Amino acid sequence: MIMREPIPRPEARNSFQALGREALHVVGEAGRCGVLCGQALFAVRHIFRSVRMRQEILTQMYVAGIRSIPVITIVAVFTGMILALQTGLALSRYNQEVFVGSAVMLSMLREMGPFMTGLILAACVGSSMAAQLGTMMVNDEIAALEIMSIDPVRFLMTPRLIAMLVMTPLLGFYTCMMGVLGGGVVAMTQLNVGWSQYVVNALDFAANKDLYVGLLKSVVFGAAIVTMACYEGFTTEQGAVGVGMATRRSVISAFLLILMLGYFITRLFYN
Amino acid sequence: MIRFEQVTKRFGSRRVLDDISFEIRQGEVFVIVGPSGTGKSVTLKHMVRLLTPTSGRVWVGDTVASEVSGGRLERLRERFGYLFQGGALLAWMDVFENVALPLREKTDLDEDAIRTKVQQTLAMVGLETDGQKRPSEISGGMQKRAGLARAIVRDPEIVLYDEPTSGLDPVTARMIDQLIARLNRQIGITSVVVTHDLHSALSIGDRIAMLKDGRVAELSSPAEFRRSRNPVVREFLDAQYITPETQDGGF
Repeated sequence: MIMREPIPRPEARNSFQALGREALHVVGEAGRCGVLCGQALFAVRHIFRSVRMRQEILTQMYVAGIRSIPVITIVAVFTGMILALQTGLALSRYNQEVFVGSAVMLSMLREMGPFMTGLILAACVGSSMAAQLGTMMVNDEIAALEIMSIDPVRFLMTPRLIAMLVMTPLLGFYTCMMGVLGGGVVAMTQLNVGWSQYVVNALDFAANKDLYVGLLKSVVFGAAIVTMACYEGFTTEQGAVGVGMATRRSVISAFLLILMLGYFITRLFYN
Repeated sequence: MIRFEQVTKRFGSRRVLDDISFEIRQGEVFVIVGPSGTGKSVTLKHMVRLLTPTSGRVWVGDTVASEVSGGRLERLRERFGYLFQGGALLAWMDVFENVALPLREKTDLDEDAIRTKVQQTLAMVGLETDGQKRPSEISGGMQKRAGLARAIVRDPEIVLYDEPTSGLDPVTARMIDQLIARLNRQIGITSVVVTHDLHSALSIGDRIAMLKDGRVAELSSPAEFRRSRNPVVREFLDAQYITPETQDGGF
């Protein structure tokens, strides 16, 4: 999946042809991303044989997970506070502000938790992954690995993918809890809803399914972020400018994928 | 040992290699020279199938390198060492770990054997005391020597050098030339060197091929190359102040 030659894109004669070719190009890129993700997952079997790979997974878990906690905490708390404030003010018109806990809990578990986590990780971790692999590509480090018969997908992508698959659901759950905590602070201080009332109400309305679907979304988003970052990194060309472009493309495509995949998973489970 | 048969390489509409054919013999130092953008590095990358020809074939021994894949490609690449222009060391590993990497990943050697082999190889390139340094902490010349140590640590039959002396001061460049010559003479490694540096080419080469516009403009011994009347070669020699009487200072 490491590509050193540009994919030929012949000149279109009219705008319809250009649109069709662009669509085919996008389908081709999606297919290559799928193959790359499949290759990385297939290489997971090496985890049992390689000490280096296990160490690298732990390093990547630290980089992707632990180092993202401060920014995730701030975003999650404020998202919960905004949610609680907006829904609480609307509910208070009907004297139903006591239900603010359920509104915040359901929003965070079903959508906002995995969604915010995905966006933050795409921006923080996915971009740095694409930049690192892109720089390695233009510096011939990846070619050096290939000549040593070391598969760059197994060596570089698989540990990142496993680390992300482990960390995104954990961070997604953490985001939910921080959001609920932030919402609780607003409920207590501005909506006059007691803490215990807020928590009981939040837990009453949350079902196990909401948690599981949220965690599934996080896992899917994690895989999408790593796949896009590594695909863009492995296809980087044209030196420093190319690294910048690859980083930008990886963030944009990860954002779009998170939105689209999020919708389809919701559609699948809440039909 | 390595044979190019009517190899053409196009990137889009741009033809980088144009129907080139030549053969590299076992045990020789084969130098490819030529101006920038004439396909020297592209030629080198075809030998290890980092690139595949648009048409034609590249043979390594009795294997068609341009057509192998999977396990056969892996075995083919195990016969090669490759020194990249910038050394291509992994930035997050120190020099020792970079050199040990192919041994750790592709052999069953135990830790003691790996340590001994890496130390021996680092000593060969004069870096025995610099193993614990990161690539960012050493000079460009040292990075190239570390890259060379990594390229030869698994005792390859063929080593490919992409601009081994570019960007180096004359003393370090000479040291790299000596290393290439020593590896060739002492271990019998077949060497293919891509360079702009004609002084280096004339010193270490058994044969020199000059590429111009994707074609082989000249293929001869250093002595014949120096005396060549080919205007392309003469222009290149004159630009580096090399006359037919210039001594090559060979090793």
